[in-house]
Amino acid sequence: MKKKNGLGPKLYLAIVFVILYAPIFYLMVYSFSSGEKMYNFEGFTLKHYKEVLQDTRLLIIVLNTLVIALLSAALSTILGICGALAIYYVRNLRTQNALLTLNNVLIVSSDVVIGASFLILFTIVGVKLGFISVLLSHIAFSVPIVVLMVLPKLNEMSPTLIDAARDLGASRWDILSKVILPFITPGIFAGFFMALTYSLDDFAVTFFVTGNGFSTLSVEIYSRARQGISLSINALSTLIFFATMIMVIGYYFIAKRNQRGAGMGVGK
Amino acid sequence: MQIRTRNLYLIPYLTWILLFVVAPILLIVYYSFFNVDGHFTLGNYQKFFTPVYLKMTLSSFWYALLITGISLLIAYPTAYWLTKTKHKQLWLLLIILPSWINLLLKAYAFLGIFGTYGPTNKLLESLGIGTQQILFTDFSFLFVSVYIFIPFMILPIYNALEEMNHSLLDAANDLGASQWTTFRRIIFPLTLDGVKSGCQAVFIPALSLFMITRLVAGNRVITLGTAIEQHFLVTQDWGMGATIAVFLIIAMAFIMMLTRKRK
Amino acid sequence: MKRLTRAFSVIFLIAFGLMYLTYYLNQAEGYGGKNTLTVYNWGDYIDEELLEKFEEETGIKVIYQTFDSNEAMMTKIEQGGTTFDVAVPSEYAIAKMKEENLLLPIDHKKLPNLKHIDPHFLDLPFDPQNKYSIPYFWGTVGIVYNKKMLKDKEIKGWNDLWNPDFKNQILLADGAREVMGFSLNSLRYSLNDTNESHLQEAKAKLDKLTPNIKAIVGDEIKMLLVNEEAALGVVWSGDASEIMGENEDLEYVVPEEGSNLWFDNMVIPKTAKNVEGAHKFINFMLDPENAAKNTEYVGYSTPNAEALKLLSEEISQDVRFYPPPELTKKLEVYKNLGKKMLSHYNELFLEFKMHRK
Repeated sequence: MKKKNGLGPKLYLAIVFVILYAPIFYLMVYSFSSGEKMYNFEGFTLKHYKEVLQDTRLLIIVLNTLVIALLSAALSTILGICGALAIYYVRNLRTQNALLTLNNVLIVSSDVVIGASFLILFTIVGVKLGFISVLLSHIAFSVPIVVLMVLPKLNEMSPTLIDAARDLGASRWDILSKVILPFITPGIFAGFFMALTYSLDDFAVTFFVTGNGFSTLSVEIYSRARQGISLSINALSTLIFFATMIMVIGYYFIAKRNQRGAGMGVGK
Repeated sequence: MQIRTRNLYLIPYLTWILLFVVAPILLIVYYSFFNVDGHFTLGNYQKFFTPVYLKMTLSSFWYALLITGISLLIAYPTAYWLTKTKHKQLWLLLIILPSWINLLLKAYAFLGIFGTYGPTNKLLESLGIGTQQILFTDFSFLFVSVYIFIPFMILPIYNALEEMNHSLLDAANDLGASQWTTFRRIIFPLTLDGVKSGCQAVFIPALSLFMITRLVAGNRVITLGTAIEQHFLVTQDWGMGATIAVFLIIAMAFIMMLTRKRK
Repeated sequence: MKRLTRAFSVIFLIAFGLMYLTYYLNQAEGYGGKNTLTVYNWGDYIDEELLEKFEEETGIKVIYQTFDSNEAMMTKIEQGGTTFDVAVPSEYAIAKMKEENLLLPIDHKKLPNLKHIDPHFLDLPFDPQNKYSIPYFWGTVGIVYNKKMLKDKEIKGWNDLWNPDFKNQILLADGAREVMGFSLNSLRYSLNDTNESHLQEAKAKLDKLTPNIKAIVGDEIKMLLVNEEAALGVVWSGDASEIMGENEDLEYVVPEEGSNLWFDNMVIPKTAKNVEGAHKFINFMLDPENAAKNTEYVGYSTPNAEALKLLSEEISQDVRFYPPPELTKKLEVYKNLGKKMLSHYNELFLEFKMHRK
């Protein structure tokens, strides 16, 4: 059906992947170094892994990070879908552009500015700093990227599709669940994964809005920089990386077997 | 009926906009009118138009442009060829996966990789090129920035490519169009929306990039993002920081106007 | 749609499962209880075994939270909304926090171990009579250089940095006060100077240093110096002692023209809820045995005279990190110059960075 890649494209993709994973392998290699820092590889050891597994504080922080990332990505995806639909349904081009511009404000704003202004907002409104404030902030700054990922899909959809469904007597909910959502599913998953990325990467915003004992991995890693980041963080990242990798690949193949060809959905 | 449908989607979205976009913008604009001592002033805006800040603005735009351009050049073929692999969705996920590892850790890894005695220089040496200074150059800055942003470019382009109507390609083939012509006349125009949203997702945050400017560029590159960072966290001159933030928002609105689609 | 619903249900299920696990762990660790103390410190800036020991001795559960810069920490305390019982800012930040009423006074009667602190480190200008702060660690700013790479050229003071032989060989710490400060010092001005013509002179002198500077960096300076990316670096003494253990060719010198003397002190922020526990914690950290253990772990210089006696001579006799009084006399502590002046310092520093392009 479609042409498969020749040698050139394969080589190109291979290079892209090698570069994408190079720093990560570098990190992993050092997680086995018997030294204390990420330079001068000494001997092989597993002691950093032992340290990680014994450190409950670090474990709690990791769990916090995962909970925040999953919840905020899922909720911001839902909110982002609403946003994309809202923009799509607004027929006036000017209003559409105004909404899009507002949408992008948080993407262009420096993390520190977002963090500081959210902190002020939360204290004005009286939200207790901690889990809730961090979750709300992560949802807030992930929404725009979801909108950006979903909107092009909506625009590709031919309007006649909706009209046809309506003519056939489909209810509003039917149109959404049976016509629109299946069509934009790839965009939705793309948005979800980008939101996840934003959440896992964020340091500055989380730092400002966290409190009362709640902490995430990025905050912990950045504040360790002054003393030098110890290799147990490398070991931890390696563990997390492999766990996600196994989950992603596992889920992909299970989904593939169940659904015959339809994957977990970043694609079609 | 139709109007009510619209309103329903707008409600949660507008609530979000009001709470987390409009309110912070108002706060930022408010702060931009105060100096370090907490007095009302227009001085921050005056200061923005001095050569130091104008030069910084120009260089920010220049680097953001370069980063976006290079990302596009690398991402497009990647996305294109990805769509043709077996297990393409899996490969796509594997493109995103590295971005889940903490940025600071990856930056430290890059310091090691690009270092004078690092693997890159070992490779160059064995190729007979000899040791080069890679760290703290424009090259290392662009490389790492593109590295960070590339998933944001690949994803929308990939989605656009996937949605393309393949019968058009077959038709073009049947009509004897060369591969290049097919690409230029059919594939690229059809994926333009994806390219646009990819460029937005890269260019806009690239304007306010920071940390990388210090870590891998050794402060040789100073962007507006770095300056905001400085003003908020070091000088605690929130007024000036807010002023730069206001300009970034205006610049973004301007870019949105330029790239908006025409019906 | 079915696929979407299923995917999202799975995500929520996993998230709530993890949430329960976190809750369970928090309970098991005792973080949920009433008797807690929140310590706000730099990451990895304490021997965590001491926290456990403190918990055992007092029955108070310590929640250890971290920050990555003094300024960010101050913003958090200023805005409130969260509890911090003990924090460890640097001295200029303490002066600022005092001014803005962010600190609670410390009751010396509750700190019997205060007597172990070397009187040199008490009653300093940034906090007379230590009303608000108790010394934790201290140090200097100086030059780290690589003996092998410099082929035994000796470095004595700031002015050696301008040597034309050191082209592209110097790394600077990314701090306006530090960089402007050493330029001022090299001109024999005070590093707290506010005279405009002196400042301009210092900035002009820095511009001339441009060809020698390889990069202006943050905490990664340590890694770069150990890896011999550059032969010289302007660093804090704490960083220096750490990396000298990892690369034997590195040497640290406190410049003869004078330099900065810094302190990280323990304070009780106004956000404290467990003031009693905070005093207990500070007193615990002042105990010579605990302070010595902490010093061994962190590697910075301790102000605790009794603790110093417990440390090996290799550490306590090291004049580079415990300089004799003749030298410390030449060192200056940063004064709080006020926001306007600090802003000006930063503006000059920014111009210098732009000059390098």
